[in-house]
Amino acid sequence: MDTGNKISRKGFINWLLGTSLGATVVAALYPVFRYVLPPEVAEAPTNRVLAGKLSELPPNSGKIFRFGAKPGILVRTQGGEVRAFSGICTHLNCTVQYRADFQHIWCACHNGHYDLQGKNIQGPPPRPLETYKVDIVGDDIYVTRGA
Amino acid sequence: MKLIEKLWQALDERYELQPLVDFAKQKAVPRHRHDWMYYFGGLTLFFFLIQVATGILLLLYYRPTAEAAFESVQFIMTRVPFGWLIRSIHSWSANLMIASAFIHMFTVYFAGAYVKPRELTWWTGVALLLLALGFGFSGYLLPWNELAFFATRVGTDMVSKVPFIGHWLLRVLRGGEDVTGATLTRFFGIHVAVLPMISTFLILLHLAFIQRQGMHEPQEEPKLPPRPFFPNFVLREFMVWLVGLALLAALAAFFPWELGKKADPFAPAPAGIKPEWYFLFMFETLKLLPAKVLGIEGEILGLAAFSVGGLFWFLAPLWDRKRVRGEKSLFALVVGWGVVLYIAAFTALSYLGVFQ
Repeated sequence: MDTGNKISRKGFINWLLGTSLGATVVAALYPVFRYVLPPEVAEAPTNRVLAGKLSELPPNSGKIFRFGAKPGILVRTQGGEVRAFSGICTHLNCTVQYRADFQHIWCACHNGHYDLQGKNIQGPPPRPLETYKVDIVGDDIYVTRGA
Repeated sequence: MKLIEKLWQALDERYELQPLVDFAKQKAVPRHRHDWMYYFGGLTLFFFLIQVATGILLLLYYRPTAEAAFESVQFIMTRVPFGWLIRSIHSWSANLMIASAFIHMFTVYFAGAYVKPRELTWWTGVALLLLALGFGFSGYLLPWNELAFFATRVGTDMVSKVPFIGHWLLRVLRGGEDVTGATLTRFFGIHVAVLPMISTFLILLHLAFIQRQGMHEPQEEPKLPPRPFFPNFVLREFMVWLVGLALLAALAAFFPWELGKKADPFAPAPAGIKPEWYFLFMFETLKLLPAKVLGIEGEILGLAAFSVGGLFWFLAPLWDRKRVRGEKSLFALVVGWGVVLYIAAFTALSYLGVFQ
């Protein structure tokens, strides 16, 4: 474009071609960009699951259970109490396990430790594990998220 | 003989090939006390070519789904004739390629070869090393075994710590919120199509820069008459490749790569889990960092430090003003040895089990 109030023919053509090219590139890239990002899969929210049987969980042991698409961990303390937490380490997303020799929850990936309240007590995990509510009906252990 | 000569004449007549031959005859490589380091770029390229060849062979049987991947690799290793060898070579060659690329990078660094006018050679080279690590990370998941599954969970979770776009990147990499079959399919596409395409382009660019500018020569070295590229240097490079091939064959045959256990998304991470040796120094550092440092989460601080450190290393041609002027740079030397010692010490201590 020139400095006067008139637009030169060449400047106008260049502007037209430039914006058209830009628009074509954007029009081609936008679907690609959206395609690469996976669609949100609507999952039926799982709030309560049958996590295991009391008879299969002796004192001082733990078990990973499915909570929807994510792992959860059931822990039966030395005293026989059953507790449930998210099974995902708050550090870098590994799945934790119950260590009978430590008598608490441990993550193998970066040596993170959690106590039996799910609180991070040693190693790199920055936050406690999410705690779930446990209901025992007969021999069945039901775990409920949130409240 | 006649026939070959005639063919050459016919081609030369049409495409004017003689100038290329004249050029190749004139091309020479500098000779000095440290000219052994010129062979490591070529050796890295050799292992890359092996990767391409064995990768294509693995593609004939490999199936990239969560249900079939592990079994298909098992099939390759137990039923396909020489399948164990092809897969073992692919895994070992990947490791040797990365080792060779690291040696190449550090020799270039200590020789100060990255300064003007070779900034772009350095940058394409560092980018190629990052791509090699990307190959390693994406290829590691493909057998869909237990170690790979958690390595991918951890590695992709690190990406989610990137400010603002972290979660978006996580979803793009994983093909959803979690590491699933969707992640495997994505990593497969990245491993066999996206990364090879970008790498091939960058390798050609990297070689073109070297071709245009010639090899870097350390200034303080006594000058010897240069070595003709063809056939002297080429034959020497082939000797190095032969040594590389012998080492590779020995490793692949005597230490066949293991497959491990099939990944189970609902099993805890196994005790003793650790990544490939080239990620060990980062892995051990992340293990040592406490939950909070000055109120910031330890792993975020660690990952930020690695990113800043990596960027600083990448930008060496810009901050190293002394070597541009042909002077010795004590600072660059200290940085270089600091990095080498840190990586070597953490890797060695990790193998010795000091961090457990």
